[in-house]
Amino acid sequence: MSEPRFTDVDSVREQLREVDYLSDEGIAGIVYLADRLGKPILVEGPAGTGKTQLAKSTAEILGARLVRLQCYEGLDESKALYEWNYKKQLLRIQATRSDDEDSGWADISDDIFSDEFLLTRPLLEAITADDPVVLLIDEVDRVEVETEALLLEILSDYQVSIPELGTIEAKQVPLVFLTSNNTRELSEALKRRCLYLHVDYPDMDREKEIVLTKVPEITESLADQVARIVRSVRQLELKKAPSVSETLDWANTLLLLGVDKVDAATASDTVNILLKYQSDIAKARKEFASDSEAFEGSSA
Amino acid sequence: MSTPAGSAPGTHPGDAGEVAGALAGPALLELLSGFIVELREAGLPVSLTENLDAMAAVREIPLEDRSAFKYALAATLVKNHAHWRAFETVFEVYFSHRGSHYGIGDEADAETSPFDDEDMDAAGQGDGSGQGQGQGGAGENLTPEELAQMLYQSLLQADQAMMRAAARQSVKRYAGMEPGRPVGGTYYLYRTLRNLDLDGMLEQLMDAAREQAPDDLTPLEERLEHDEYESRIEQFKQEVEAEIRRRLVADRGVEAMAKTLRKPLPEDIDFMHASREEMVSLRKALQPLTRRLAVRLARKRRHGRKGALDFRNTVRHSLSYGGVPAEPKFRYPRPSKPEIFVIADISGSVAAFARFTLHLVHAIAGQFSKVRSFVFIDGVDEVTSFFEGTEDILEAIHRVNTEADVVWVDGHSDYGHAFEVFWQRWGRDIGPKTTVLILGDARNNYHASQSWVIKEMQHKARHVYWLNPEPRAYWDTGDSIVGEYGVHCDGTFECRNLRQLERFVDHLV
Repeated sequence: MSEPRFTDVDSVREQLREVDYLSDEGIAGIVYLADRLGKPILVEGPAGTGKTQLAKSTAEILGARLVRLQCYEGLDESKALYEWNYKKQLLRIQATRSDDEDSGWADISDDIFSDEFLLTRPLLEAITADDPVVLLIDEVDRVEVETEALLLEILSDYQVSIPELGTIEAKQVPLVFLTSNNTRELSEALKRRCLYLHVDYPDMDREKEIVLTKVPEITESLADQVARIVRSVRQLELKKAPSVSETLDWANTLLLLGVDKVDAATASDTVNILLKYQSDIAKARKEFASDSEAFEGSSA
Repeated sequence: MSTPAGSAPGTHPGDAGEVAGALAGPALLELLSGFIVELREAGLPVSLTENLDAMAAVREIPLEDRSAFKYALAATLVKNHAHWRAFETVFEVYFSHRGSHYGIGDEADAETSPFDDEDMDAAGQGDGSGQGQGQGGAGENLTPEELAQMLYQSLLQADQAMMRAAARQSVKRYAGMEPGRPVGGTYYLYRTLRNLDLDGMLEQLMDAAREQAPDDLTPLEERLEHDEYESRIEQFKQEVEAEIRRRLVADRGVEAMAKTLRKPLPEDIDFMHASREEMVSLRKALQPLTRRLAVRLARKRRHGRKGALDFRNTVRHSLSYGGVPAEPKFRYPRPSKPEIFVIADISGSVAAFARFTLHLVHAIAGQFSKVRSFVFIDGVDEVTSFFEGTEDILEAIHRVNTEADVVWVDGHSDYGHAFEVFWQRWGRDIGPKTTVLILGDARNNYHASQSWVIKEMQHKARHVYWLNPEPRAYWDTGDSIVGEYGVHCDGTFECRNLRQLERFVDHLV
């Protein structure tokens, strides 16, 4: 097995911070464990909480190449694992025929099923690479349950079996991230092979820090207000709570508008950046407005 | 009185450190096995490989780091976020009990005063023996006022250590815990919180916030401050809960405690007996469930069937093969979507169940060509319009409960009358594409059953299903006449929790 990539949990956290990814100890701890145990990480959580970014940032701190497999309905072996380059195989057969009639069929058939005619797809590429790689299998919940089985061999043993060639084993154990938006329950077999990490919306302090890091020109007090308001909005019963990326968009908008203090009016005017459903926006606006009534009531 | 802090072996910063220190090797293994058995008891599916992974994982992390220990276990054992709460409860029981003997070692809490078992017993008599409070500065025998002040300060400054100390003091003073008394932790929690008047505390904090602000608080700021303090108070409540749990564990032992704290997972909560807190977690679980169902059903629809052979198209394509129909073409599959009639009993006993089912059915309304909802107690009313034109299903359900005209005589369930009226007013709308769902426990208060209505329905409709939130064992006992109706239905289903409801909806489409 390869050398461990990280020395301890804190160093993971520190390095992630250096590339502007603010983790908490849960996230850093599991990345560390994944490295030590040589297991893939299954990252689940609401959309827009930095699941994919975690893989990218980890690749960045390791100086590794990110190999990404975007999953979708109908993904199959030939797009995920490998494919035979049959055009090239045909050419090879024809070329042989023309210049040497005698060479046996056995020679050719051995020849055309060799590395030269194999097109690697992301999964095979990740385990055959010589340089360090991080493999990201994005939105794994989009593939059908049957297709999930494709992943099992590579996730548990880091190998790919090709009937014509035999088993190709990994030269090094890559760090693997799988992300899921939880649109369906993943199979037990897949879950069992992974470490499970649930990334939720960050708490207020961490969100504030994220805003400060990602929107460098923002003032401390504005970032604080943004984080507080977002927390309050998330407590409403919404169809879709604002994600971290939407928080950042909102902070950027406020910055562009030259706002340095968010009041109820600004908040209701710009809340459509934070929320994407009409009913949610109406609800949030109502919430902002009803506060002022309550306030007038209490101050009277 | 308790022994001085120095007598506690070592001065480890974290209480799990104590656990690990005391339990090297086989002992830790044993504790972990017990822990995993308890997780399984609580309903979490922990496989053998996951068990082994957990053992491997804890070997890789420094044991004195309690939170790392926790995350290592969670990552290997809990593969579903809905199970996190259950995991956390069991974890707290198993891996913090030593803490109560040594005091909660927090660096800020300089002079932690450990209390041993006798002290634990003494706490029951409410002798209020003083505990060193470190930061709080408060020494022996706090008066209620001092305690309130301490709590107030800790909340105002969001001072974790002081909050914890205040929690410990409050439990000691107010919970009135007695060793061996077989009551649950919630009883003590209630007693403690009742004496603390946290609502009043919130008001005080808000007043302080208003004073501190240079100008008047804007309404929005007011709201934000309110949310902030509320979350701190919530944190304090959790500290209190943890403190009570620690004491109970010390009194009764780990296994017994884990057993009393065992709570059903969200998908296993019984609709009819859900507490208010469980209702909240049910509602939370419903949201992702509907999304999952919608995706799954849409997929199933697309992939389920192949359309019939498209003869014209096949012949046209055969021309390119010289008239040989080598490439058969099929019609694009358009499976018909069922039309759904939901008829729900919303009388007190089954109201929660009706609410969840209505919510679920309307949330996946896109999978049906039409959804019409009717609710009844002894009268019956159509509520479809409440769900139309609004995206907010909860709001609609609220209107159903307040506005629908469902009381005919006395507001006690009368299935017979409700069905009769339904048949007169809407019976002719039921057609061969209609699937009728009837929700209720069929407890008819000994009225006439009028089961002929169901029989007629079954003749006209595609399917008639009955969903009953009662356990099957209770059916047809007392005034329940579900059997009488059931003979005319295409299926009767027990639907006590989300898991069963989900399975039914899957079956339906």
